[in-house]
Amino acid sequence: MSLPVVEYLKLPEGGEPYLEGHKCSECGSIFLGERNVCSNCFARDSMQSIKLNNTGKLYSYSIVFRSFPGIEVPYISAIVDLDGGGTVKGNLIDCEPDPDKISFDMPVEVIFDDALGRKDKDGNSYISYFFKPIS
Amino acid sequence: MSDVYVLGVDMIKFGRFPDRTVPDLGAEAALLALDDAGLNIGNMEAFYCGNLGQANAMVGQRILQEIGQTGIPVVNCSNACATGATAFREAWTSIKAGLYDVVLAVGVEQMGTGLLGGSGGGAGIPKEGLLGSGTMPAVFAEAGMEHARQYGTTFEQFAKISVKNHHHSTMNPKARYQIETPLDEVMNAEMISYPNTKLMCSVNVDGAAAAVLVSERKAKELGMQRAVRIKASVMTSDPYQERDLVMPDVNSCTRKAAAEAYEMAGLDSSDVDLVELHDCFATAEMLHYENLGLCEDGEAGRLIDEGEVELGGRIPVNVSGGLLSKGHPLGATGIANIYEVCTHLRGEAGERQVENAKIGMTHVIGLGSACGIHILEKV
Repeated sequence: MSLPVVEYLKLPEGGEPYLEGHKCSECGSIFLGERNVCSNCFARDSMQSIKLNNTGKLYSYSIVFRSFPGIEVPYISAIVDLDGGGTVKGNLIDCEPDPDKISFDMPVEVIFDDALGRKDKDGNSYISYFFKPIS
Repeated sequence: MSDVYVLGVDMIKFGRFPDRTVPDLGAEAALLALDDAGLNIGNMEAFYCGNLGQANAMVGQRILQEIGQTGIPVVNCSNACATGATAFREAWTSIKAGLYDVVLAVGVEQMGTGLLGGSGGGAGIPKEGLLGSGTMPAVFAEAGMEHARQYGTTFEQFAKISVKNHHHSTMNPKARYQIETPLDEVMNAEMISYPNTKLMCSVNVDGAAAAVLVSERKAKELGMQRAVRIKASVMTSDPYQERDLVMPDVNSCTRKAAAEAYEMAGLDSSDVDLVELHDCFATAEMLHYENLGLCEDGEAGRLIDEGEVELGGRIPVNVSGGLLSKGHPLGATGIANIYEVCTHLRGEAGERQVENAKIGMTHVIGLGSACGIHILEKV
């Protein structure tokens, strides 16, 4: 069985994976990861768990040509505004690492797949999320 | 409350000193600043020391062990790349509060090699290259691409910033490098994280800088000839922004700090004669032209295209060579910037002197985020 790569990636039994947000019922701010207090409006105990959408638009990016030893390059580090709220960072795949092939606001979908074969020290495999252009 | 003055300030030439220690580098800078002020450690009433790499290792006290253990209070502080500015501002605050008349501030760092940052921490598996990149070149590239998204800023415009700062550093003997880098060389250098090439990333170096701050009463007593007045000292953290959790924000904290600093000084950006700002990457400098109000939003590209931010231009930026070529020893940077501005206000900057400089601004950003801004005035 695979584990989720981050706490906000949910793998419900018998259901489809999704990204989870926490939305402040007072001001509407959306956070990744659980919290008790809203850092925008300071409301306490106002957080509600929500399912984030699996589609969004590319907000910003960088094409990474040098990373830490052992990390395969190049890859596109992408910041995506999800439709309906929430901003997530991840790898943009199935897209040439060429600024001429990448456009701001290009529509992408969130897909879930094995975490590039990476395993933890106990040999567990992980499920990660990726962004893929919607053609 | 009395004004606070910089009476002595200096930095060591930035470089690589693998055979020396952090306290040793800090002690050298402290002695230079004390000499510049015409004072000795026995005159200091408190000491604020900034360092990141050994934040838990009592660097300030170890500096005093090398230059004089007088029993004064020592506060060690760490605030990412705003560490030096934080130490300086704590010294300012203590004099403003009326606690002391003469205070020492030191920023010092010995750097490793390679990329800073990364998102490899936490449980499970490394996230770098899986959930995008947490390396500093990539994070600041993404911040720059946000500007490109808004205003169509080009790779070439970002690269021109590096050409400018490297050119400035040829006139600064204390910079790490004194080498011209033409535009094609900057653009064709190894691409680290588009649009930042290797020559558009700050230089990892060792360094130290120090300042002696005094109250108005003490400045009058000791002589005002070379004193520099601190017109504003401001720190901010990053106010809430909707993309905070995935896109560290260097803009809103800078805008907030700049607005507060101009208000505190009773000045606006048109009064400023030179700026030393946090060009940790070429992409970052572009953002701060607008964040500091040196131009209207969307005008930053034009500013670099038309040479307004070069030495001799309307508002010279990073005439020291900046972090891109002078170097960026994290904890020292915030005081080294103050040294640079004070040197111009004193008319002692030699070949790179900004003529008739009366008002200068320094700016640093520690990602996470902390912003420190100082406005300094020729007396």
